[in-house]
Amino acid sequence: MSADAIVEVAGVGKTYEGRVQALVDVSLGFPSGKLSTLLGPSGCGKTTLLKIIGGLIPATTGEVWVKGRKVEGPGPERAFVFQDFALLPWATVLRNVAFGLELRGVPTAEREEIARQQIVEVGLAGFESTYPHQLSGGMRQRVGLARALAVDADIILMDEPFSSVDEQTRRKFQEELLDLLRRKQKTVIFVTHSIEEAAYLSDRIVLLSPRPGTVSKIIQPNIARGQRSADEIRRDKNYLDAVDEIWQILRRYVA
Amino acid sequence: MPRTHRPENPRVLWHLVSFALVFGCWEIAGRWPISVAFPPFSQTVLALLRMLADGSLPKAYLSTLQPLVIGVILCGIAGIGFGIGMGLSRAVEWFTLPVFIILQAAPMAAIIPLITYIYGIGLTAKVLAVVFLAAPVVVMNSYKGIRNTNPSLIQMCRAFLGTRSQEVVKIILPHAGALIFAGLRLGLAMGFIGVVIAELLITPTGIGDLITYHSSVADYPEMFAAVASIILIASLTIHGLERLERRLFPPELRGSS
Ligand SMILES: Nc1ncnc2c1ncn2[C@@H]1O[C@H](COP(=O)(O)OP(=O)(O)OP(=O)(O)O)[C@@H](O)[C@H]1O
Ligand SMILES: [Mg+2]
Repeated sequence: MSADAIVEVAGVGKTYEGRVQALVDVSLGFPSGKLSTLLGPSGCGKTTLLKIIGGLIPATTGEVWVKGRKVEGPGPERAFVFQDFALLPWATVLRNVAFGLELRGVPTAEREEIARQQIVEVGLAGFESTYPHQLSGGMRQRVGLARALAVDADIILMDEPFSSVDEQTRRKFQEELLDLLRRKQKTVIFVTHSIEEAAYLSDRIVLLSPRPGTVSKIIQPNIARGQRSADEIRRDKNYLDAVDEIWQILRRYVA
Repeated sequence: MPRTHRPENPRVLWHLVSFALVFGCWEIAGRWPISVAFPPFSQTVLALLRMLADGSLPKAYLSTLQPLVIGVILCGIAGIGFGIGMGLSRAVEWFTLPVFIILQAAPMAAIIPLITYIYGIGLTAKVLAVVFLAAPVVVMNSYKGIRNTNPSLIQMCRAFLGTRSQEVVKIILPHAGALIFAGLRLGLAMGFIGVVIAELLITPTGIGDLITYHSSVADYPEMFAAVASIILIASLTIHGLERLERRLFPPELRGSS
């Protein structure tokens, strides 16, 4: 396992009560400061693995190490972005974004100051006092992202964050995420269904086999992003090769 | 309320029309007459005014409201407490839930003789009648409100390092607030039923006394006025609470996501 892995998963297996074996013997490391995706067929245990890394559910076997410490539960160095947003419906955007800090006991003025910055950062300036039901799905997910950024965790765990928005919004989000990661040093572990999304965003793609999920292959697309535009990246040979390679593996699973 | 919403005006108009229809039919049926014991609307209104003027109606309500208010406040404190306890702790749920399920299904009129046997015919017995009727719905609503908290919000709270008590105060209780309040409103509605049953079955006091007395001396307009007044007061109170509820807990701020 690489030396600079900030998250290490060692022999993790998960069997849900009711004897559903979701994961078996998953071992891999996530390099610091990179975006890694978990990709695999539906029901292969991607969410399960992400929640085990997040400390939200315990592994049945094996262990997870984050920054050299064994995971026993959630921690301040990890922040979660939920697939279903998980926003408080009775709280404004501002309070929702500040909620992680509120739980940590940060004084109101200070946490709202930080939250306002993050709201600007994710492009929601002007929506501070609106409520989640007044926002589109895409905007709600930005709130979820801002909340995760506000607690300033090194590791951001994202469970299919862009799955409930339309294709245009999705592409816009992807660019914004890459843009954000250029400015901030974050390690991102990102669950997705989409081959293109994985290839476009990732430094590393972890392909999981169908249930019970285990690591089937790790692909490093090695796309030189630099200052290139999204369209240039999507025409990059390495990008196209990665998409093809992933598809060659996944197509065997859908048969 | 000084503010008038324009879209509400036609609704108010329809309400008035429907009231006029009902009272009109009542007037006609009373004058027909379908029964000597059924006074027309106009005589009932006059009787109501007479009872207001001679102070017998206000005095009756003063004594009827006592067991009602005490009972509903008791339910509000203890009932919500039990409901929340049951929602938060499996142990409390295990030994309390069956009691309230049985209470909810028990026919009240059958319990009242038991209450009078143990507690006599005073205020205590009447308060208990209110409590027995109102408590189940207050408790069950609080319990359901707590239990139905969106699990993904709880997981979110834990992911952002919330403690169990923060989870309760910041997620579970706000989430359950609307249902708890609705439980209180339904509890009050049941309380009205309870207090009238108690005043008719235990000892005639307050409004129950007015109804019993006037029917025994064949003052049917007075009797009807007493019955109508309790219906009116109960429905106005419940309706007011319903409006307050919609204000305090707007439905769009309760949905999940
Ligand atoms: N709480 C649970 N209890 C029992 N079984 C569960 C539970 N959560 C998930 N599972 C099962 O474990 C398996 C993996 O679920 P998981 O949600 O991790 O898959 P996934 O890869 O995220 O799927 P998707 O792509 O559809 O989101 C599935 O078969 C699912 O039915
Ligand atoms: Mg999933």
